[in-house]
Amino acid sequence: MGRYIVRRLLISIPLLLVISFLTFILINLSPHDPAELVLQAQEVPVITEELLVQTREELGLDQPFLVQYIEWAVACLRLDFGESYVTGKPVWSILGPAFFNTLKLTLVSVAVIVLLSIALGVICALREGRLVDKSVRGISFFLTSMPSYWLAALMIWYFSVKLDLLPTSGMDSLASYVLPVIVIAISYAGIYFRFVRSAMISNLNEDYVLYGRACGLPEKKITKHILKNSLQVSVSVFCMAIPIILGSTVVVENVFAWPGLGSLSVKSILSRDFPMIQAYVLVLAVAFVLFNTLSDIINAVINPKLRNDL
Amino acid sequence: MNILDVKNLKIWDGSTGRTIVPDSSFQLKQGTCLAIVGESGSGKSVTCRSIMRLNKGSICQSGDILFQGENLSLLSEQEMRRKRGKNLCMILQNGMRAFDPSCKLGVHLKETLDQHFSWSKQAFTDHMAKAMESVMLRSPVELMNKYPHQLSGGMLQRVMIALAIALEPDIIIADEPTTALDTISQFEVVEQFIRLREVMGCSMIFISHDLGVVRKIADDVLVMKDGEIVERGTTQAIFTEARHEYTRYLVSSKLALSQHFANVMGGIALADR
Repeated sequence: MGRYIVRRLLISIPLLLVISFLTFILINLSPHDPAELVLQAQEVPVITEELLVQTREELGLDQPFLVQYIEWAVACLRLDFGESYVTGKPVWSILGPAFFNTLKLTLVSVAVIVLLSIALGVICALREGRLVDKSVRGISFFLTSMPSYWLAALMIWYFSVKLDLLPTSGMDSLASYVLPVIVIAISYAGIYFRFVRSAMISNLNEDYVLYGRACGLPEKKITKHILKNSLQVSVSVFCMAIPIILGSTVVVENVFAWPGLGSLSVKSILSRDFPMIQAYVLVLAVAFVLFNTLSDIINAVINPKLRNDL
Repeated sequence: MNILDVKNLKIWDGSTGRTIVPDSSFQLKQGTCLAIVGESGSGKSVTCRSIMRLNKGSICQSGDILFQGENLSLLSEQEMRRKRGKNLCMILQNGMRAFDPSCKLGVHLKETLDQHFSWSKQAFTDHMAKAMESVMLRSPVELMNKYPHQLSGGMLQRVMIALAIALEPDIIIADEPTTALDTISQFEVVEQFIRLREVMGCSMIFISHDLGVVRKIADDVLVMKDGEIVERGTTQAIFTEARHEYTRYLVSSKLALSQHFANVMGGIALADR
């Protein structure tokens, strides 16, 4: 098992290299001249050719492409993503706090999503075709088809304005988490519990369930075995939900005024703040690779057959 | 004396209304082996699962199943669960799929035995190791630390037999235990079944469509076709003086097959049993 983890981690290193390279190229392929953008962002009135050359030198843009990449990549390892074109401050000093704010929101949401999906999936699978199953699926279908900004607005109106129970926006206390987490969790758990449900139902027909019952095991223990075997697909889905939510909280963050990655990324893109965009893309891509690796490792723990694959 | 007496067993699919077994009655005598033979879909497995009350949700059953005089049909689910494993033990066709693939074998074995006995960890290991050694499974402790996919189908089949030995049930129901195995493993597993009966003296219901195995192991035979029992009698009688056309067809096709098989294998394998 230890060997599997080490090898799995080693495999993700080349992947990370490719990703960082792509991130670097993509930005360099854009039609704008970075030097010009910096000068525009700093509101220099007249941009002369001389000034452009000087700025390129300062930014190291006159060096060969590969040298630029390696210097950038090495700096990234120290979380040094350069300076924002707009504010001139180090990128990480702005991106870092925003990242952790979104990460906190994401982790709480994913915890709720996992618990909710497993609970609903198990209940529905054990009562397949009965009223509980049908109503849970119906309600979840209804809720997931609502756009999240609409759902968020409804929640704010009811819980914050009408009942005055929860803050409308910001992240001042634990209570601020409740509404954004509910909005995110509903849209994901409503889909993910179906994975758990269908995997449980197909496992119910397996021979080991019949044999377990024939051995006199109580239903509780049998359900535990079924659940463990059913979680394989779901584990990957749950793990990948973390980077997906990290990168898609724009709407929720805007509605709830959450000082996170979503709002920052949109702002950076609109102001063409390249180092910021680069760092944002890189951080998310790394998150995808890491959580994908994590899901493989968890799956290998659940399913011993997978350990031989590497 | 009959240890099991099945009276007017009717089995049907509640969702479609289709009758699977219309009206079936048979007895299992104490200490004997009853074989149920018939083609796939003839209702053999469903009949046996009805005795354990383990058919899937939509399958319904009626009739009396008297086990040592007690009517299993009237027991609560809780009481029935206590009988499963301890009194009525089942051995399935496909050993490769009978154990939770994500658990070590020992986990299932311990869970089952914990359910019926209050043994210490040491007592469990001793009992189980002894049972496994008696079915020719070497280094049992090591095997219990393995996952099902690391063992062969024949070995897993013998693990199921070993568990049955440790449980000491009154009746063992074996649902086509040799069908999924290659001929060599089949031979070994059948040997273990014969020994199991000799050592424990328990009664057995043996479902199979392999008449060679049935002839070797069974005292009485039921022949099923389309959910009905078309013929019943002692093994000897079935093989020599079958009355029903279907039984004669089964026996003759078996003979033709074993001759072909004996030719191919040079006459060493199970065919000439």
